[in-house]
Amino acid sequence: MSDRPLVAVIQFPGSNDDRDAAWSLGALGAEVVTVWHGAFELPEETGAVVLPGGFSYGDYLRSGAIASQALVMPAVRRFAAVGGPVLGICNGFQILCEARMLPGVLRPNHQLEFVCRDVSLCVESTESLFMRRCEIGQELVIPVKHGEGAWYADEGLFVQLAARGQIVMRYTEDVNGSLGNVAAVVNETGNVMGLMPHPEHAVDSLLGSADGGLLLAALVDAAADRTLDLDRDVVGDVT
Amino acid sequence: MSEPADEAKLVRATVLVRPKQGILDPQGQAVQASLEKLGFSVEAVRIGRVIDLEVEARSGEDARKQLELMCDSLLANPLIESFEVQLGET
Repeated sequence: MSDRPLVAVIQFPGSNDDRDAAWSLGALGAEVVTVWHGAFELPEETGAVVLPGGFSYGDYLRSGAIASQALVMPAVRRFAAVGGPVLGICNGFQILCEARMLPGVLRPNHQLEFVCRDVSLCVESTESLFMRRCEIGQELVIPVKHGEGAWYADEGLFVQLAARGQIVMRYTEDVNGSLGNVAAVVNETGNVMGLMPHPEHAVDSLLGSADGGLLLAALVDAAADRTLDLDRDVVGDVT
Repeated sequence: MSEPADEAKLVRATVLVRPKQGILDPQGQAVQASLEKLGFSVEAVRIGRVIDLEVEARSGEDARKQLELMCDSLLANPLIESFEVQLGET
């Protein structure tokens, strides 16, 4: 077994950022395995899971709705339930919301146009494992490319999430009509995060920004911690 | 009218999914603006979805239960959409 932590990138029909995600995570020190949506189990040594961007199932019904019922999703849910880190990027975020693993839902951009450009984000909360390399108030530049990125939750839920630090990042301007300019949210236990911007496209300053690397490197850190914990459990069983 | 309890039959149904009241519907707004450009006087446009299904069910009531479950689990997102089940002829 490689001493690099294993990150599983799930491939759905219509995923198109799976390879970029795999490349970036590899460059940041992870061993990456791509897992087909029809798989019933994740590899045993999985330290983190990424649901990549794309247009799974052609965005039929609602973006992410069909993929949220994919055969692999119960395994992802079980992994998250025991504290495993799960990151959903763009379509991955939509899938996690539709799977009700994250609060809210992503709706068509209010301007009804696809947005594809670098945006700046403000870090709102650093409590979750994904934000360990960032500071509150820090500004990150990461590209977005989506037609359905307007995050929505009803007002009661929104207030609750903000109070609990589950609103992780906001756009510094109105990008798509997202409620409260929300760009990223995390679940209550802080181990499942979704964001519309694409950190895997921002890991090298030659391409404009390396800020996305801060988020992905934190995920690789968390995967490594988890792998260590698993090793320790195995040793514990033996003695 | 009573129906035989266990015999499954094909029930036709239509599910209407609509954006909930108060939820912004940019698609509806764009269509409204377009209709106004054509000279129509339109107060509001909301765009939803029509889903026609044929389901196997033991009774109308059974079909309705199944369809409501389908709506809750996949056909509609309760955060932003409401749904209406209409049963057709059996």
